[in-house]
Amino acid sequence: MGGKHYLPLTDQDRNEMLAAIGVKSVEDLFSDIPKEVRLQRELELPPALAESEAIKHLSSLASKNKHFHNCVSFMGAGVYDHFIPSVIKHITGRSEFYTCYTPYQPEISQGVLQAIFEYQTMICQLTGMDVANASMYDGGTAVAEGAVMGCGATRRSKALVSRSVSPFYRAVLKNYFHSRGLELEEIPLRDGCTDTGELEKMLGDDVASVILQQPNFFGLVEEIGGVADMVHNHKAVLVISADPLSLPLLQPPAEYGADIVVGEGQGLGVPASFGGPLLGIMASRSKFVRQLPGRIAGETVDSEGNRGYVLTLQTREQHIRREKAASNICSNEALVALGAAVYMAAMGPQGMREVAEQCLQKAAYTRESITALKGFENAFPGPAFKEFAVTVPGDPAELNRKLLEKDILGGVDLAPFYPELNNVMLFAVTEKRTREEIDTLVRELEGWK
Amino acid sequence: MRKSKALIFEMGRSGRQGYSLPSCDVPEKPVDELLPKKMQRSEPLELPELSEVEIIRHFTELSTRNFGVDTGFYPLGSCTMKYNPKTNEEVAALPGFAFMHPCQPPETTQGALELLYNMEEGLKELTAMDRFTMQPAAGAHGELTGLMVIQAYHRSRGDHKRNKVLIPLSAHGTNPATVSMAGYEVVQVPCDDRGLVDLEALKEAVDDTTAALMLTNPSTLGLFEEEIMPMAKAVHEAGGLLYYDGANLNAIMGYARPGDMGFDVVHLNIHKTLATPHGGGGPGGGPVGVKERLTPYLPVPLVDKKGDEYFFNYDLPDSIGKVHSFYGNFGVAVKAYTYMRMMGAGGLKQASTDAVINANYLMSLLKKTYHVPYDRICKHEFVVSARPEKKKGAGAGDIAKALLDRNFHPPTVYFPLIVEEALMIEPTDTEAKETLDAFAAVMEQISRDIDQDAEKVAHGPYNTVVGRLDEVRAARSPVMRWEKDKG
Ligand SMILES: Cc1ncc(COP(=O)(O)O)c(C=O)c1O
Repeated sequence: MGGKHYLPLTDQDRNEMLAAIGVKSVEDLFSDIPKEVRLQRELELPPALAESEAIKHLSSLASKNKHFHNCVSFMGAGVYDHFIPSVIKHITGRSEFYTCYTPYQPEISQGVLQAIFEYQTMICQLTGMDVANASMYDGGTAVAEGAVMGCGATRRSKALVSRSVSPFYRAVLKNYFHSRGLELEEIPLRDGCTDTGELEKMLGDDVASVILQQPNFFGLVEEIGGVADMVHNHKAVLVISADPLSLPLLQPPAEYGADIVVGEGQGLGVPASFGGPLLGIMASRSKFVRQLPGRIAGETVDSEGNRGYVLTLQTREQHIRREKAASNICSNEALVALGAAVYMAAMGPQGMREVAEQCLQKAAYTRESITALKGFENAFPGPAFKEFAVTVPGDPAELNRKLLEKDILGGVDLAPFYPELNNVMLFAVTEKRTREEIDTLVRELEGWK
Repeated sequence: MRKSKALIFEMGRSGRQGYSLPSCDVPEKPVDELLPKKMQRSEPLELPELSEVEIIRHFTELSTRNFGVDTGFYPLGSCTMKYNPKTNEEVAALPGFAFMHPCQPPETTQGALELLYNMEEGLKELTAMDRFTMQPAAGAHGELTGLMVIQAYHRSRGDHKRNKVLIPLSAHGTNPATVSMAGYEVVQVPCDDRGLVDLEALKEAVDDTTAALMLTNPSTLGLFEEEIMPMAKAVHEAGGLLYYDGANLNAIMGYARPGDMGFDVVHLNIHKTLATPHGGGGPGGGPVGVKERLTPYLPVPLVDKKGDEYFFNYDLPDSIGKVHSFYGNFGVAVKAYTYMRMMGAGGLKQASTDAVINANYLMSLLKKTYHVPYDRICKHEFVVSARPEKKKGAGAGDIAKALLDRNFHPPTVYFPLIVEEALMIEPTDTEAKETLDAFAAVMEQISRDIDQDAEKVAHGPYNTVVGRLDEVRAARSPVMRWEKDKG
């Protein structure tokens, strides 16, 4: 039998305990399960592995994968190879943090509660919002819940989402809206950015939320200046999906009129992990706090006046409000948020600014070098933050196969998401890429076709 | 014991840094040339400025103000706070898992796909379901995914009048909340005096507007729904489907399977049953399994195999689409898969056996002092009512605080709602008999303390870093972030 080292009861314990319970056998404890639903055989699973065998098996599976440590990655589209300071895993690896449940008993959960309170504050500092929650599952569900929040706040049932918002997020959003019977329309693109002229035409007094992404899915920094007024004139809510790592450099969404800021926090020191666990960011203006989904840590005092932290405004949540709750979310990505707080503390204002500037400079250098090559062209004009779309002279899959031979994870092919974008690839360049790696990529592209 | 702790914003000093970055080695341009001025941040970002050692000490001190399974006994009902094996943490951190990009071409992800494929095979056998998606990131997310699949199924049959989902009164809060999120109406089904779903009431409630019945079995009272087969029959005959909330699967692994009880859709909480850590509120994992007739509606992509090659299958025209940006919490799936492989069939069944022995044993000890409203064989957990103690002046919440002073994590309190002053106790399979004896002894002592000085118990805890925190005040004038000028 496997897993004996996880199960402390011995046969003698079991016998003594059965006697204390007053039953003869284990069978008696399962006699309430009707015969017709009892499994009449043993489960058929592969034989149990000892620890060393399990490590060998898992290591062998892991060795079949390529990853950021044995390849140079130019993949982005929402998940990036950013630098992760060592301090993070030493903190998230403290088992008082990673083996605890949601902090329902605040007096013995001050560690997690204070760390989440600090995380919430840092997200507010980045976005300019008044309040942030303890996290959503990922960028996609954060976008969906942000849009739903707008419906709750306005008591309307329609959202407009730009086609420059990540297609991964839009897929989740569409599903959340469809099942609820809410209406969703897509705002068309113009030069890879939201067509604000079209948006103006689509806006009406039935629109609850308008969802844009900054920088957008193509890496472009959109000109969002006048959008908020347009949206607010119709008493709709502006939801911005932001990359937190861009915010040390870019105007905080609060300044251009965002009501709700969501986004993917993977860049904040979170391993890519094949796309999960990620970190859904959710922040808003204080007037929407009653519609905010998920956990919120709040400050209070104890009976002697000492400062402490608790989960607060729980009357929004499922365990109190049940079918009237703002959302069904219960478990979220708290430990990932805690790691993100450590990241932001370690990088500080200066480090985060430096990361953002290096992304900007290195992406610009790469973009210029690639588009100088024959057959490679900018898919869209306009300023980019850390990724950009390029039209390439051939099949992106073929190009990526060639790059892989040099241990390069190339760009993401956009055709599956935008049928009109044939042979267009999205390249991401983070602060981790060196000039040498970039020049190697460019040389490989040059030699292709 | 009281010990105050500064916020990170109240520490450090301008000019300190906790990072080290290489200098930029590409030719640089003025930022204004790359990014129009008006799109740039005008006020510098405010964040703490600390050196590495200060950061480590700050968060390390915070960790000492926290209690996890590794600290001590954690009988938090419904949450299955079993031990989180360290091997799982080791392997999930392998670069070949932790540093993979979700958009990598399939020839570079064969190991990850094989793992997901194998894990699905295991979950299918464990639950008697035909296909699984790993996309949902937690139990509640699984519930939503499951209801979306059920909705797609009914809609595909042109059956549009099904707008209600039945749930028993004992259900977890996520169930009714999910029902609303999926655009359905909740119909509450009462429980009978045995604590089980009232079969007659259920039969009366089902009709041709019933989309599904959501059920946790064993229930949140830790009781097996013995009439599951007639319940399933009633729902199916009316054209509805059965949804299994798998939060309590830890009670019955190897003994019974939801798919054999008539359930059409199930979610598992792998951060409970399959021993992955809960991280203070996530990340978790909520894989959803369905019976054959519902597989066309599962989210894209599914993991399939052609010859020796694994691939993501997006060719599912009736799929509901996506519920997560990528494939769910893959890193958590690695841990759960490792656990399943190390336990094997025998180990998983033994885990359920021991979870049930531990719960019944602890109930038999506590029964001597406390009121157990449903006094019968339980599964992995049971519920005590502190109503008599409340009358003396200290209720379930006060007993919980008293446990904090004795280094035990308290049970879940005030849930399920159908028991007054509920203490919901789930010892799990990974606790030794001595621990349960010690816990029972402390519970007895608390009962005596209440008899002697209920007032004192009602004002605990006394040995924690902060005293009882004022939650009412926190909610009345919420402070949800630190602000500079307020200090
Ligand atoms: C019975 C039951 N259902 C559903 C859930 C929700 O699971 P999660 O927190 O993973 O979303 C829980 C978790 O507490 C539960 O106990």
